[in-house]
Amino acid sequence: MKKTIFIIGFAALLVACGEKPQEVKGVRTDKPVYSGTGVASFTEPGWKAGDKDGWANHLKARASYGQDDHARAPK
Amino acid sequence: MARMKFICDAERCIECNGCVTACKNEHEVPWGVNRRRVVTLNDGVPGEKSISVACMHCSDAPCMAVCPVNCFYKTEEGVVLHDKDICIGCGYCSYACPFGAPQFPSTGTFGVRGKMDKCTFCAGGPEEHGSQAEFEKYGRNRLAEGKLPACAEMCSTKALLAGDGDVVADILRGRVLARGKGAEVWGWGTAYGNQAKPGA
Repeated sequence: MKKTIFIIGFAALLVACGEKPQEVKGVRTDKPVYSGTGVASFTEPGWKAGDKDGWANHLKARASYGQDDHARAPK
Repeated sequence: MARMKFICDAERCIECNGCVTACKNEHEVPWGVNRRRVVTLNDGVPGEKSISVACMHCSDAPCMAVCPVNCFYKTEEGVVLHDKDICIGCGYCSYACPFGAPQFPSTGTFGVRGKMDKCTFCAGGPEEHGSQAEFEKYGRNRLAEGKLPACAEMCSTKALLAGDGDVVADILRGRVLARGKGAEVWGWGTAYGNQAKPGA
């Protein structure tokens, strides 16, 4: 009986040894979106991966052409 | 550099829910989670208005301010994203968000809510761009593919505008001048009225 209690008590004391560290690591850094995905088949042509200004201009043109129907409609 | 923003033109929204469907399809969003939804004001009353609502990627995002584990971050383009490996699903962001954007999948045991899920402006998350891990956690990364958010690009009436803030504001200004009404943009002041605090 004593032996059983001793084993259970010992096991209970050692439970904390299996605890995993829980430090706050913070957000992992994210690569900028203009670095591209590296998947050519899904990437829109007209800009190069890593070209920040090229990417921004491409998206501006896409937003303007795709969404501004007043500009696209014949006058 | 582009500062990404959403605008929903209530004069054009026809409540078709195409944006909601496009989002769910593009990102394979789980059942019960709606990153975007269409809200109708004065439903059934003549002159009712509908708007498409999702995370607006606020300039001074309240979700970022209240997160106890600091899992949010903002990209160079002003897109507010979060790290699901850090999120503890506490729901504080949900209480803080004026747009009701944060969603919680009930996938845990006994319906315990899981990690927060929200619109990413189709910019993925802090995983390798275009990777399977990024897709499974956050959905497709269309911005890194040189595309705009699927919801706006799919919008049949072009009520939902997404992209560089200056471009979308110019488009709306042109419309308002042409039709002579509908200058009110719901949510714009709430989302972009305050400037981001230094370091946010």
